Amino acid sequence: MGVCVCVCVCVCVCVCVCVLMCVCVNGCVCVCVCACVRACVRVFTRHQVLRISAKDELQLSALRDLEALDHLQLDIWIGVRDVSTPVDIRVPAFSLSTVKSHLDYYEIQYSIMIRDLQVHDSIYNFQDMLVSENPNLVSKIVIGRSYEGRPINVLKFSTGGTSRPAIWLDTGIHSREWVTQASGTWFAKNIVDTYGKDQVLTAILDKMDIFLEIVTNPDGFAYTHSKNRMWRKTRKPNPGSSCVGVDPNRNWDAGFGGAGASSSPCSETYRGPSANSESEVKAIVDFVKSHGNMKAFVSIHAYSQMLLFPYGFTKSPARDHGELNELAKKAITNLASLYGTRYRYGSIINTIYQASGGTIDWTYDQGIKYSYTFELRDTGRYGFILPANQILPTAKETWLALMTIMDHSSRNSY
Amino acid sequence: MSPALMRVLRVVVLLSAVRGAPLATVTLPPVILEPVPLEPVPVPSEPVRVDSGADQNISIPINTEQQQQQQQQVSLDVDVMLTGELNPNHYPARRAAQVVLHHLNTRYGSPYWWGALRQVHKATAEALGDSGRKYSLEVTLQDQISGTKETCTAEVVFPGGPAGGPPQVTTSYEGKSEINTQAQEEALYNQYNTSQNLLSGHNLPDSYGHVAPGMEPFWHLGGVASSFVMLKESSENTLYNMAQVVSVTQLATENNQLRFNYDVLLHEMVSQEIIHWKLLASWSPQEGVKASQMELLPKCHHCEPPQEH
Repeated sequence: MGVCVCVCVCVCVCVCVCVLMCVCVNGCVCVCVCACVRACVRVFTRHQVLRISAKDELQLSALRDLEALDHLQLDIWIGVRDVSTPVDIRVPAFSLSTVKSHLDYYEIQYSIMIRDLQVHDSIYNFQDMLVSENPNLVSKIVIGRSYEGRPINVLKFSTGGTSRPAIWLDTGIHSREWVTQASGTWFAKNIVDTYGKDQVLTAILDKMDIFLEIVTNPDGFAYTHSKNRMWRKTRKPNPGSSCVGVDPNRNWDAGFGGAGASSSPCSETYRGPSANSESEVKAIVDFVKSHGNMKAFVSIHAYSQMLLFPYGFTKSPARDHGELNELAKKAITNLASLYGTRYRYGSIINTIYQASGGTIDWTYDQGIKYSYTFELRDTGRYGFILPANQILPTAKETWLALMTIMDHSSRNSY
Repeated sequence: MSPALMRVLRVVVLLSAVRGAPLATVTLPPVILEPVPLEPVPVPSEPVRVDSGADQNISIPINTEQQQQQQQQVSLDVDVMLTGELNPNHYPARRAAQVVLHHLNTRYGSPYWWGALRQVHKATAEALGDSGRKYSLEVTLQDQISGTKETCTAEVVFPGGPAGGPPQVTTSYEGKSEINTQAQEEALYNQYNTSQNLLSGHNLPDSYGHVAPGMEPFWHLGGVASSFVMLKESSENTLYNMAQVVSVTQLATENNQLRFNYDVLLHEMVSQEIIHWKLLASWSPQEGVKASQMELLPKCHHCEPPQEH
C-alpha cells in the first residue's frame, strides 16, 4: 500500500472553525470529514479593534488586500502607510475570524486593542478622536444623561465667535433607525474633511455653528444591539406597567396630549407621563433654550424617504409653510441629483400621519423657522435594517439636502 | 494537523468569505428579537369621523377603565375623510395604493417577483354610504428584484360598518410582462422539491441588512406571503411593510406545492408597531404563492428571550 495524500476542502461560514480529519483506508481512498465547530461564541456579538504591525512590504500588501474587501466592512481607524506605523482596524464580529485567519496566514503580528467594543462605544470613541484631532474646529458638549446614565454628547463645529447663530442636527432619536446614527457619524467626519475645501460649507461655518447629536437615544441604541433590533423608544420603565419606554418623538411640548400619540405605555408611540419627562428630550430642550440663537433644527429618522416640516399635531399650516415647502423641494431635488433617490415632501400631518408632541413642532414654535425632519432610505424593502452598502450613499445624498437647508438658513437670517 | 494543511484551510476560509457564498442552509448569527408574547394586540380601530374642517387638535378622551386596561392603544386618526381628488403624495392616497401592492403580491408574487409601490399618479376617493369608501388610483409599481416598473389603475374598497373586513381590490394589471422568472422559478422548485434536507433559515435580513445569496428567494417569498396578512389587516389607518423574516422552515412537499412555515415581523407605519405573525406559505411555479394558517402572535413586553449561542 502506498502513501495516501488527502486533500480535503472544507467550507464554513466565518462563525465556525473547520476541523479536518483525514483517514486513509485500503486502496488509498481518502475519507474526509469536515466538522464545523463553533468557537468564540462571544465573537458573535462583539466587535474588536485590532492593532496590526506589518514588518515588510509583503505583509503591507496583504493588509491592503484585506482593506479592499468591502464585504468585511472593516473600519480603518489608522490606515496602512508604512512598516513603522501600526494599523488600527475596527473589525465587526462577523468578520473577525476571516481577518484573523488572513493575518495568521501571513504571520502578521497583531494585538487586540479593544476586545469588546460595543458599537455605541465605538461612536463615543470616534467622537473623542474627532475632537482631539481637530481641536480648532470640533468640541464635545455633554448636554445630559440618558435614563441608564449614558452621556448625551453633542459635537460642536465652530470657527469661533460667541453664541453665533446655529444649526442643530440630530440622528438616532429612534434607536432602530440605524442608518441615521451611521449617517450622523459620516456627517461629522465630512464636516471636518471638507471645511476649508468646500466653499459653501466654509461660508456657513464662518458665520454659524453646527451642533450634531449622533446618538440621541443611547439606551435604546444599546438595546437594539443587545436584545431587540426593533426597539424604538427610550428605556425608562413605566410605573404600574410591565412595558418599558417612551417615544421620544411624542414627548415634546407641542400639542402634547392630543391625537397623534398614545397614552398607553405599551405602545410604540407612547407620549410619556408628561412633556419632557424623558431626560433625552429634556437635555435638548434645555440646551436649545439656553443657547437662544438656533436658526435651523433638523431631526433625522428612517425610513420612508421624506422631507417633512411642521406641523404634525395640527392641520393648520405653519406660518412659513410656503417658504418651508419651497426649500424642501429644492433640498430633495439636490438629494436626488446624486443617485436618483426619490423623496416626497410636505408637512408631517399631510405627508405621513398626525403626530403630536413631536420634536420639530416644538422647535418651530420656539421660533426656529427652519425646522425639518428627514425620513431616510428606504421605502420598505429593507426598512429599518438597511444594508451596509447603502449607508454611505444615503449619508452622501442626505448631506446635499442638509447643505441646501443650512445654506439657505445662513443666507436668510431672521 | 500539518502547517501546510492549516495554510490550505485558512486560504479556503478566506476564499469562501471572498466568494461570499455560504451554503444555502447556513445558520446566521442569531439576532435576539422581541420574544414570544402574552397579550393580544388589538387591531387599529375605526377612524373617528369629524364632519367639519375644524381644528384637528382634539384630545381623544381615554375615559373607561376598560380602555385604559388595554395593553395597546393605536392613536385614532382624527381626520376629515377626504373625498374627491386627493393629493397623490399625501398619506391617504399612499395607504390605499399600498393595499393595491399587497393585493398584486398575493396574485403575482413569487420568490422572483416581489412588487412594491413606486409612485401614485392620481387618486380620488368617494363615500359609498354604509358600504364603505372607495379609492380609484393610478399607480406605478416596481418589482423589487428586477427593478421593472409598470403603471396600472386600481380600485380599493374599504368596507364600512363595525364588522369591517379586508379591503377589496381590483386592478387593470394583467400580469408580469417579462417571463424570464419562469426558468429561475422552475430551478428553485426542482432544487427544493427533491432535496433531502429541508431548508431552514432565520433573520432575513439580519440586523445589518444582510441576506445570504442562497436565501434571498426565501426572503422574497416571505415578503410575498406576508402580503396575504398585510392585505387582510389593512385599513385607511394603516400602512404595512414586512420588517423581517424571523424564521423559515420547510415542510414536506404536499400536492406538488413546496411548503414553508414562516415567522415574520410586520411594521405598521401609523402605530409604528412591530407585529409578529406566523403563516404557512405554499408555492409552486404553476400555482403561485398561497398563505394559510395565519396566526397573530401577541407581544410580550417584559420577558427576555433565551440567549442563543
